[in-house]
Amino acid sequence: MFSLRDKELADDIVSQISKAKVHLKFMHVCGTHQDTLVKHGLDVLLQKCGIEIGQGPGCPVCVTTPKEIEEILLLAKQGKTIATFGDMTRVPGITSSLQQMKTEGCDVRIVYSIEDALLLAEKYKEKEVVFMAVGFETTAPTTASVLLRSPPKNFSVLCCHRLIPPALKAILQMGEIKIDGFIEPGHVSTIIGIKPYEFISKEYHVPQVIAGFEPLDLLMGVWMLMRQIQQGKAVVENEYVRAVKPQGNRKAQQMLQKVFEPVDVKWRGFPVISHSGLRLREKFASYDARKKYEAELGPLAEEKFTEPVGCLCGEVLRGLISSKKCPLFGRECTPENPVGPCMVSSEGNCHILYRYTKK
Amino acid sequence: MCLAIPGKIIELDKKKQAATVNYGSGTTRKANVSLVQVQIGDYVLVHAGFAIQVLDEKEALETLALFKEMLSLQEGS
Repeated sequence: MFSLRDKELADDIVSQISKAKVHLKFMHVCGTHQDTLVKHGLDVLLQKCGIEIGQGPGCPVCVTTPKEIEEILLLAKQGKTIATFGDMTRVPGITSSLQQMKTEGCDVRIVYSIEDALLLAEKYKEKEVVFMAVGFETTAPTTASVLLRSPPKNFSVLCCHRLIPPALKAILQMGEIKIDGFIEPGHVSTIIGIKPYEFISKEYHVPQVIAGFEPLDLLMGVWMLMRQIQQGKAVVENEYVRAVKPQGNRKAQQMLQKVFEPVDVKWRGFPVISHSGLRLREKFASYDARKKYEAELGPLAEEKFTEPVGCLCGEVLRGLISSKKCPLFGRECTPENPVGPCMVSSEGNCHILYRYTKK
Repeated sequence: MCLAIPGKIIELDKKKQAATVNYGSGTTRKANVSLVQVQIGDYVLVHAGFAIQVLDEKEALETLALFKEMLSLQEGS
């Protein structure tokens, strides 16, 4: 019921797009969208119809900064039990990765959910469990839900959650790339709804369509963007109505509000983006790993962090180049030996392109 | 990361805010339901162990028909 497949309809959409004879550049910000586009060859198909569609900074693991990686590596080195999602453990830091440190005896656990990290803290009272919380508005409510349940004192969170709309604004403000429309991430939107995107269309006159993850969802999303452009409109439309309610998920929003406050943070490949991150409110300070281990993490505060040599993840994340233009792609940088995070994460542009086109 | 899978709630413990979700083909898994208001039989999207939204069955069933209508209106305009 929730998978959409209809070949005839797909043909009709593509035919209408093709007949319009347009030359447009769209951006999406979601690894799952990129997966659908490349897996089903829609990126190539749309290119033939005059529509270029690329991934922006829509991969939470990829946009996590070198400094955040060093923070978690330092905590691992100091004997904390580190719990995080699988991809995060393989992102290379300056000299190591969580995966590498695990082989050297550090306690690093891969979890499917923050609930698994909480269980670890409940089970091993003698251990200090630090959950590295990455993810956009889709994932942040899961962190909020756990923190609102008064977890044990040996549990803390290294908060790296980020927000999508400020990043869209940053891309437009930087002006490095012409964008005719945004395909907005369906699952982020299940939480935030439509309103948080509206300023983008109003202030920058850029059309937006919230889309689902089936091939037909994305084709229809592209078609809807094209229709807006043809009609001279710039509004937020919702293609993914079966999952996204205009007001989003109010309960999750309230929990986010209780636990977090917005903060200016850097994204990999970007300068500091105003109000684009989340940090724990003062009430939850005892669960904030950056406060709890302030003395241990202190030395990192003054350090300058750079991207790995030759790595163009920053340019890929800003939508300036295709992964294939990176000289390291598929040579020095592969999923087995990733140089940058876009080749590590299954949601990263480089990893997706490699997965479907290199093998 | 924002991957979310649709499934049907087949068991619900409201006190523990835990549900058993059936993803089809015999696959079931526990999910936390603290972020949503649900009952048994609801379809939900599950992300990182949490149900993040209730899916609208009616909208899902009507989606294809709606797309077709939008396309035919455009064709005719």
